[in-house]
Amino acid sequence: MAEQRHPGPRGPRGGPGPRGGFQKPKDLKTTIRKLFGYLGRYRVHLCLVVILLVLSSACTVGGSYLLKPLINDYIVPGDFPGLARMLCVMAAVYATGALCSFGYARIMVHVSQNTVAKIRADLFDKMQELPLKFFDTHTHGELMSRFTNDIETVSEALNNSFGNLVSSSLNFVGTILMMLVLSPALTLVTFGMMGVMLFVVKTIGGRSRRYFAAQQKTLGEVNGYIEEMIEGQKVIKVFNHEPEAKAGFNSRNTAYRDAAINAHTYAGAMMPAMGNLGYVNYALTCCIGALLAIRSGDLGGLAAFLQYSRQVSQPITQISQQMNTILSAVAGAERIFEIMETEPETDEGKVTLVRVTEDRQGNLTEAQFDTGAWAWKKPEGELVPLRGDVRFDHVVFGYDERKTVLHDISLYAKPGQKIAFVGSTGAGKTTITNLINRFYEIQSGTITYDGIDVREIEKDSLRRSLGVVLQDTHLFTGTVADNIRYGRLDATDEEVEAAAQLAGADAFIRQLPNGYQTQLSGDGGNLSQGERQLLNIARAACANPPVLILDEATSSIDTRTEKIIERGMDALMSGRTVFVIAHRLSTVRNSQAIMVLEQGEIIERGDHDDLIAQSGRYYQLYTGQLELD
Amino acid sequence: MLRKLWPYARPYRFYIAAGILCSACEAVFELLIPLVMSDIVDVGIATGDVNYIMKKGLLMVFMAVISLVFGVGAAAISARAGQGFGANIRRAEYEHIQEFAFSNIEKFSTASLVTRLTNDVNNLQMTLTMAMRIMVRSPVMLVSALVLSLRISLQLSAVFAVSIPLLAVLISLILVKVGPVFRSLQEKTDGLNLVVQENLTGIRVVKSFVREEYEEQKFAVRNEDLKKTSQKAFGTVVINMPMMMLIVYATMIAVMWFGGHMVHAGTMDTGKLMTYFTYIMQIMMSLMMVSMIFMMLTRSIACAKRVIEVLDEVPAIGNELAEEGAEVKDGSIEFENVSFKYRQENPAWILQDVNIKIASGQTVGILGGTGSGKTSLVSLIPRLYEAQQGTVKVGGRPVTDYTTEHLRDAVSMVLQKNTLFSGSIRENLKWGDPNATEEQLWSACRAACADEFLERMPDGLDTGLGQGGVNVSGGQKQRLCIARAILKQPKVLILDDSTSAVDTATDAKIREAFANELKDTTKIIIAQRVTSVMDADLILVMDGGRVVAQGTHAQLMDSCAIYREVYESQQEGVSIDG
Repeated sequence: MAEQRHPGPRGPRGGPGPRGGFQKPKDLKTTIRKLFGYLGRYRVHLCLVVILLVLSSACTVGGSYLLKPLINDYIVPGDFPGLARMLCVMAAVYATGALCSFGYARIMVHVSQNTVAKIRADLFDKMQELPLKFFDTHTHGELMSRFTNDIETVSEALNNSFGNLVSSSLNFVGTILMMLVLSPALTLVTFGMMGVMLFVVKTIGGRSRRYFAAQQKTLGEVNGYIEEMIEGQKVIKVFNHEPEAKAGFNSRNTAYRDAAINAHTYAGAMMPAMGNLGYVNYALTCCIGALLAIRSGDLGGLAAFLQYSRQVSQPITQISQQMNTILSAVAGAERIFEIMETEPETDEGKVTLVRVTEDRQGNLTEAQFDTGAWAWKKPEGELVPLRGDVRFDHVVFGYDERKTVLHDISLYAKPGQKIAFVGSTGAGKTTITNLINRFYEIQSGTITYDGIDVREIEKDSLRRSLGVVLQDTHLFTGTVADNIRYGRLDATDEEVEAAAQLAGADAFIRQLPNGYQTQLSGDGGNLSQGERQLLNIARAACANPPVLILDEATSSIDTRTEKIIERGMDALMSGRTVFVIAHRLSTVRNSQAIMVLEQGEIIERGDHDDLIAQSGRYYQLYTGQLELD
Repeated sequence: MLRKLWPYARPYRFYIAAGILCSACEAVFELLIPLVMSDIVDVGIATGDVNYIMKKGLLMVFMAVISLVFGVGAAAISARAGQGFGANIRRAEYEHIQEFAFSNIEKFSTASLVTRLTNDVNNLQMTLTMAMRIMVRSPVMLVSALVLSLRISLQLSAVFAVSIPLLAVLISLILVKVGPVFRSLQEKTDGLNLVVQENLTGIRVVKSFVREEYEEQKFAVRNEDLKKTSQKAFGTVVINMPMMMLIVYATMIAVMWFGGHMVHAGTMDTGKLMTYFTYIMQIMMSLMMVSMIFMMLTRSIACAKRVIEVLDEVPAIGNELAEEGAEVKDGSIEFENVSFKYRQENPAWILQDVNIKIASGQTVGILGGTGSGKTSLVSLIPRLYEAQQGTVKVGGRPVTDYTTEHLRDAVSMVLQKNTLFSGSIRENLKWGDPNATEEQLWSACRAACADEFLERMPDGLDTGLGQGGVNVSGGQKQRLCIARAILKQPKVLILDDSTSAVDTATDAKIREAFANELKDTTKIIIAQRVTSVMDADLILVMDGGRVVAQGTHAQLMDSCAIYREVYESQQEGVSIDG
C-alpha cells in the first residue's frame, strides 16, 4: 500500500527539457498580473528601466538621424568647426545611449534575480505547507522541473526578453517615425516588405512550433527511458540485459534526433530568412531611393533612410523571437502559481504542546526546559498531561474519496502501552499511523489524543509529540551526525552518540572512514539497507518523543540486532506509548496490545497470549498457516 | 577536450564542412551587398543612369536571394550535424555506462549519471548547432568587413588599429572574470536542486519531525547564494554590450571626422564613406556575436567536462583475462583467502580472509548481522565487484576466466533492492529468457509462488507495471523478481534477502520448489529468518566480514554460540503453541 503511493523520483528528470517548450499559457492576463505582483515592489526600478530604455532607444535612433545634417550640411560644404561641434553632440548622444542601456540592463539583473529568488523561496515555502496528498499525486520529476525549467524561463524572460521587447518595440516605432519624416514614399516600400516578413514569420514560426512540440515529446521519452534504465542499471548488469537496453535507447535516441533536426532546421532558417528579406528591402529602397535622389539630390537623406531600412527588420525578428520566450515563461509562471494556489494543509488547531513540571499534588506548571514531561496547553490556558491515549472512533478513510481504505475503525491505545498492528499489505496499518499524525484528513469519525480531537491540536505540536521511523529509509546529504541530529537540532555530540548507541548504530558508525563526521550522500552511498534503518532509528531516538511510531522500522535488520534495539527503545520509551507496525511477528510479540487488520478492519485484538488462545487469524499467521502479504 | 569529442562529430564532418561553407558564403554575400549599394549611390545617382541603378538593384536582390538560400541551407545542415553529434555522444555515453561495473555507477551516483546523459548532452548539441552558424559567420563577417573597409581606405582604417585591440582586451577581461562565476553558478544551481530533491523524497520525514522551517532555512541559504552568484555573473555580462557600443560609436565618430576631411579633400566619395559606416556596424554586430559565443562556450565547457568524465571512466571490471568461449560448467563455488572492500582507500575491510567451498547443486544459507558482509560476499560470485585479494572460483575456474556475459548468464542473482521495469509482467519476466514459452513462464512463476496472485489479476501476465513496479505489493514484487531469475536457468541462483516481505509459509513453499525443480542449481540464500535456511546443506554464519562458522543446522546448534542465540531468539513463543 504505502509503496503504491510513493511516486518516487520518476519522470524525466528536469521535466520538459530545455526551454522553448512553446506551451501556450492558459490564462495570459491573470498570470501576467500575478507576475507583476512580484515586480510590484520594484515599481521605482521598473519606471527607471523604462525611462532608460526610452532614452537609449531615442539615442540610437537620433544618432542615426544626425547622419543626414552631418553629411549634407558639414562634410559636403566642408564646414569643419561645425562638423566638430556636431560630432561632439553625436558623441554625447551615443555615450548617453550606451550608459542608459548599461543602466537598464544592470537594474534588470537586480530586479529579475531578486524576483526569481523570491518566487523560488515562496514556492519552496509553499511546498512545505502542502498536504502529503499533493506529493502523492505529483511525480518528483514534475515538481523538480518547477524549480529548474520553469523558474529558469521566467528568469530568462525577465533578464533579457522584457527589456528586449520594450526596446525593440520602441526602436521599431522610432525607426518608422523617422522614416516617415525622411521620406513617406520610401516608407511605403518598407511597409510592403514588412507584410512579406510577417507572413514568413508566421509560416516558419508555425512550423517550427509544431516540430518543437514533437521534439519536446521525443526528448521526454529519451529522458524517461534514460532515467528508468540508469535507475535499474544494476539489474541490467545482473541479467546481461545490456544489448536490449542499448537497442531500446537507440530507437528513442534516433526518434529524438530526427524530430530535433526538423525543429532546428525551421528555427534556424528564421534568422537568415528575415535578414535577407531585410536586404531585399534594402535593395528595393536603394533603387527607388536612388531614382528619387536623382531628382531631389538629397544624398544625405537617402543615406540616413537606408540606415533605418537596415534597422527596421531587426526589431521584427527580435520581437518574434522574444515572444516565444515570453510565452513559455508565462506558461512556466502559470504552473508555478498553480502550486502556490494549492490548498495548504489545514491547521486550525489551537492546542499546543508544552514541557511541564509536575509537583507532588500532580499540579502542572509550564516549563521552558527539557523536563521529560509534556502537556497539552488549551487555548484558554488549561494544561492536560500528555499520556499518549489515542482513540479512533468510527473512522472512515480513503486516499481517494471513492475508494475507502479504512472502514469504520474504532480502536484505543492505553497510555504507556506498546501497541502493534499486524496484517497483510494493503490492510491499512501504515494508513492508521498516517492518520494519527494527520498526514491525511479523515472522511468521517473522530480521532482523539488524550481526549482532544486531533483537529484541535496545532499540527506542528501534534507531530512534535510523535516520533516516527518510516518504512522508507531517507537520509539527507550531510554527515552521519547531522542526520541523527535531524531529530533534535540542538542535540549535543554526546546526545547524538547516545542516540546512536541506543539504536545499535554506534558500532558501525565508528567503522566508517570518518566516524560520525563521515559525509553521506542523499541515497546513503555504501550503507547497507539495515545500516540506514539503524540511522533512522537513531534519529527518532535523538528526538526523544513522548509517543513513538515504528513503521516496519527493523525489516532489514537481523533479529539479533533487532533485539538489542528493542531493549534500548523499550528503556527510552518506558511509560510512553509506542505504535509498532511489523511484518515479522517476532517483532511485535511482546506488545501489550496487538491489532490484526484485514482489508481496513480490525478483526482481532489482544496480547500475544490472548490471540494465540483465540486460535484465529493471528494464530494462523503465527504458525505459518496463512500467507501474510 | 576537442580531441575527445571529435570522434562523435566525425561522421558529420561533411555536414560540418558544408555548413561552414554555406555560412561563409552567406556572410560573404551579405558583405558584397553594401558594395553594390555604394555603386548605385556613387555611379548611378551621380550620372543619373536609371538603367544602371535598376541593373544594380536587381543584382542586389539576386544576391540577397542567393544568400538566403545559403543561410537556410546552413541552418538545415547545422541542425543535422548538431543533433547528430548530440545523438552520437548520448549514445556513446549511454553505451559506455552499460559497461560500468557497480563501483563505477556508485562513484557517479545514479542521479548525476542521468543529468550527464540529459542536460549536459543537450547543452553540447545546442552549442554545436548554434556555433556552426555564428562562429563561422561572425569571424568571416568580421574579417571581410575589415578587409573591405581597408580596401576603401587604408588611411581611415588606422582607426581600427586602436579600437579593435582595445575591444579584444576588454572582452577577454570580461570572459576571464565571467568564466569562474558561471562555473560556480552551475554548482550553486546543483546545490539548490539537491535541497529540493531531498526535500521531495524525504517529505514524510520532514513533516513528521516538523522540520519545515529548518528546511526553509536550508533552502533560503542556498537560494541567497544562488541569487548573489547569478547577480554577479549576469551583472558582469551586461557590461559587455554597452562597452562595445561605446567603443564602436567612438570609432564611428573618429571615422566621420577623418572621413569628412577626406571627402572634402576629394580623396574619398560620400558613397564610400556611407558604405564604410555599414561595415563598422557589421564589425560591431559580429563582435557582439563572438563574445556571446564565448559566453556560451564557457558554460558548455563545464558540460563537456562532465560528459568526458563519464566517457573516460574505465570500467572497473573487464574481460581482459577472460578465455574465449569459456563456459561455466557447473555450479560449484570456491572462495580462497578472499578479502574485499568497496574502495581501495577505505581503511576497513568489508570481507576478510574468506574461505568457502560449495559443491554444485547444494543449498547454502547465509546468516549474519547487519553490515556483516553477506551481500558483499555474494556480489563477488557474479563478479559485480572485484575482490582485492584471493580468488573467487565458479565451476572450478576463477571468475576472471569467464567473460562477464557467460559468468552472469550462469549466475543469477536476485538483488536486495530490486527493480521491475515499466511494461507488462511478461516483458519483465522475459528479461530472464527472451525466448521463454508460455509454459516456461508459468512454471517459473509457480516455482516462485507468483502464480496465485497472477491468476487473480484480470490480465494475468499481460498486466502492465508502472516504473519500478509500483502497482504490485512488496511481496509480489519479490516473487516476480525470483521468477525472473529462475527463468535464466542458472547454474547458481542467489537470493539476497529476497523473501523478506513474503510470509513464512510461502517462503517454505518457494524453498520446496527450489529443491524439487532446481536440483542441479546451486542455491545461495541470504535470510534473516533461521527457518529460511535451516534445511540448507551448508549454513555460513558471518560476523564482521568473516565467516565465523559453517556447517549444517545441527552442527551449528552444537558448535556456534551466535547461531544458537539467533535461533533461540526467533523460536521464543513458538514453543507456546508447541
